[in-house]
Amino acid sequence: MGKPERPAAVARAAARTLPKTRTGIEGLDQITEGGLPLGRPTLVCGGPGCGKTLLAMEFLLRGALQFGETGVFMAFEETGEELAQNVRSLGFDLDALVAQKKIALDHVRVEPAEIEENGEYDLEGLFLRLGYAIDSVGAKRVVLDTVEALFGGFTNEAVLRAELRRLFRWLKDRGVTAVITGERGKESYTRQGLEEYVSDCVILLDHRVNEQVSTRRLRIVKYRGTTHGTSEYPFLIDEKGISVLPVTSLQLDHEVSDERVSSGIERLDAMLGGGYYRGSSILVSGTAGTGKTTLAAAFAHETAKRGERCLYLAFEESPHQLARNMRSIGLDLDRYVNKGVLRMHASRPTFHGLEMHLVQIHKMVTEFKPSAVVIDPISNFSSSGSTSDAAMMLLRLIDYLKAQQVTAFLTHLTSGGKAAEATDVGISSIIDTWLLLRDIELGGERNRGLYVLKSRGMKHSNQIREFVITPEGIQLLDVYVGPEGVLTGSLRAAQEAREQAAADALQEEIAAKQREVERLRAELEAQTQHRAETALRRGADSVKVKGKKPA
Amino acid sequence: MTTTERWDLRLYTAGQSPKSLAALSNLKRICDEHLPGRYSIEVIDLMKNPRLAKDDEIVAIPTLVRKLPAPLRKVIGDLSNEERALVGLQLRPHK
Repeated sequence: MGKPERPAAVARAAARTLPKTRTGIEGLDQITEGGLPLGRPTLVCGGPGCGKTLLAMEFLLRGALQFGETGVFMAFEETGEELAQNVRSLGFDLDALVAQKKIALDHVRVEPAEIEENGEYDLEGLFLRLGYAIDSVGAKRVVLDTVEALFGGFTNEAVLRAELRRLFRWLKDRGVTAVITGERGKESYTRQGLEEYVSDCVILLDHRVNEQVSTRRLRIVKYRGTTHGTSEYPFLIDEKGISVLPVTSLQLDHEVSDERVSSGIERLDAMLGGGYYRGSSILVSGTAGTGKTTLAAAFAHETAKRGERCLYLAFEESPHQLARNMRSIGLDLDRYVNKGVLRMHASRPTFHGLEMHLVQIHKMVTEFKPSAVVIDPISNFSSSGSTSDAAMMLLRLIDYLKAQQVTAFLTHLTSGGKAAEATDVGISSIIDTWLLLRDIELGGERNRGLYVLKSRGMKHSNQIREFVITPEGIQLLDVYVGPEGVLTGSLRAAQEAREQAAADALQEEIAAKQREVERLRAELEAQTQHRAETALRRGADSVKVKGKKPA
Repeated sequence: MTTTERWDLRLYTAGQSPKSLAALSNLKRICDEHLPGRYSIEVIDLMKNPRLAKDDEIVAIPTLVRKLPAPLRKVIGDLSNEERALVGLQLRPHK
């Protein structure tokens, strides 16, 4: 084989040689590109409280419930009751699965105080117990949590290490897919260097607290013989178990749509030549009180009105407050909430870490399957993490939404004194349509102006429009542009009135002139008539004279 | 300790492994010498009855469990060190 193989062929060969088994854990199977290595042990390590026991347990439970694969959970730390209790809060009935012989539990208690060591020994007892448990349910999956506890029970480390090496070899020979958990060590992935024995797949879990906000992250340190995502992926433990966010690399190969979706404002659609593109990202930025939320609500309302699902993420107002406020301008959001096409979700940006928000939004999008998502506003995210983190998160989110063909509508509060074109989260480059709302202070009034800063792939108006919020909804009006400059609000009205008056006056004048013309024409016609008649009379006379002569 | 006290011992083994056999012969020798006529040894082969391992929390093989007299004691290993085995079984106080 002199020629290098094509990558696709290599990938296929790898897939052939390395069968995987699905964990059923949301997102994890995507990152690992198919699950854990089938029939081999996987090491899951992390500090205390990082969720490794839960991950291992969920691997077993989902195996039993979703894939019909029975499993054995060998616990070295927690008792069976404790484990059952822990997973009950996630909606799993461990006791029932044990009773149905789908899962076998064995709690191995090693009490160093009652054990005396004398002479040679091995851990054959452990092997026999595990073998018995595997046989009793016909297990395909095995969890050892946390096998390192053995190091506290026995003093002969050399024997332990040899036995652990034998154990992992033995698990492979039995052909079970095993998850072995290990406590994170200071300089190695596990305190006892288990990664030395379990070398096929190592997953590292991490629980960090940054500025009082905690984030869980998962990273695949190693996965022999296969490609896998290498980043740190945030994950969430909630009432449904673990979900890992597969923030796949920012691929720019998503499908694009030519379809337009209405903004909810007729004039704005006209400015954009028909509306936003479906699946595009729209940003509305502006200073406080310029009507960003109103624009967002109009879009959400319009989407729901068409019968398409819309997810509205409010980070400043409660859904009720938002609904009340929007009712005052003729947008009835409650109606669509009740219909189930509009879902509102409010939370404080500082309530979770950024990743948590990302995972949550991700989850909601997966569950609700909206065709549009509104995030109002995105500017607060930088308060729950650094600006670059926030930008990264939004980038991932928008990318994800684009890949799902979900239209993303974001609002951004521009803080005073900064350039209106700058977003402090620095995401302008991934925005397709950017609307700018600004206040125009003129003649002791503050009015709103809207213009399209950019809109990729569509012909759009370059004109500024006055943005007026009325009880009947939003209206976009032409601003007055003339020798007097740009006028808005009552100045525009006054100018319009003046122009109207001038026009009226002109009309008057024209009418007067027309009357004058009429009069002149009448006069002229009368004169012509008179002259003609006179001439006729004279002619008649001369004929009479001539006529007399020959006679 | 009184000389009439009964010793109830249980030895967990895994088949006929050399360590198991060594442990059994060492145990018999110690008992014959120090507890003549006052002991009973129950040998449990976990190869044949793996489910019994749970009862006494057996991980290592061989494991000797002193059921009586209380309290429960466990000695793991082939009992090759007689002196330590006696201490471990509390047949002889710590020096």
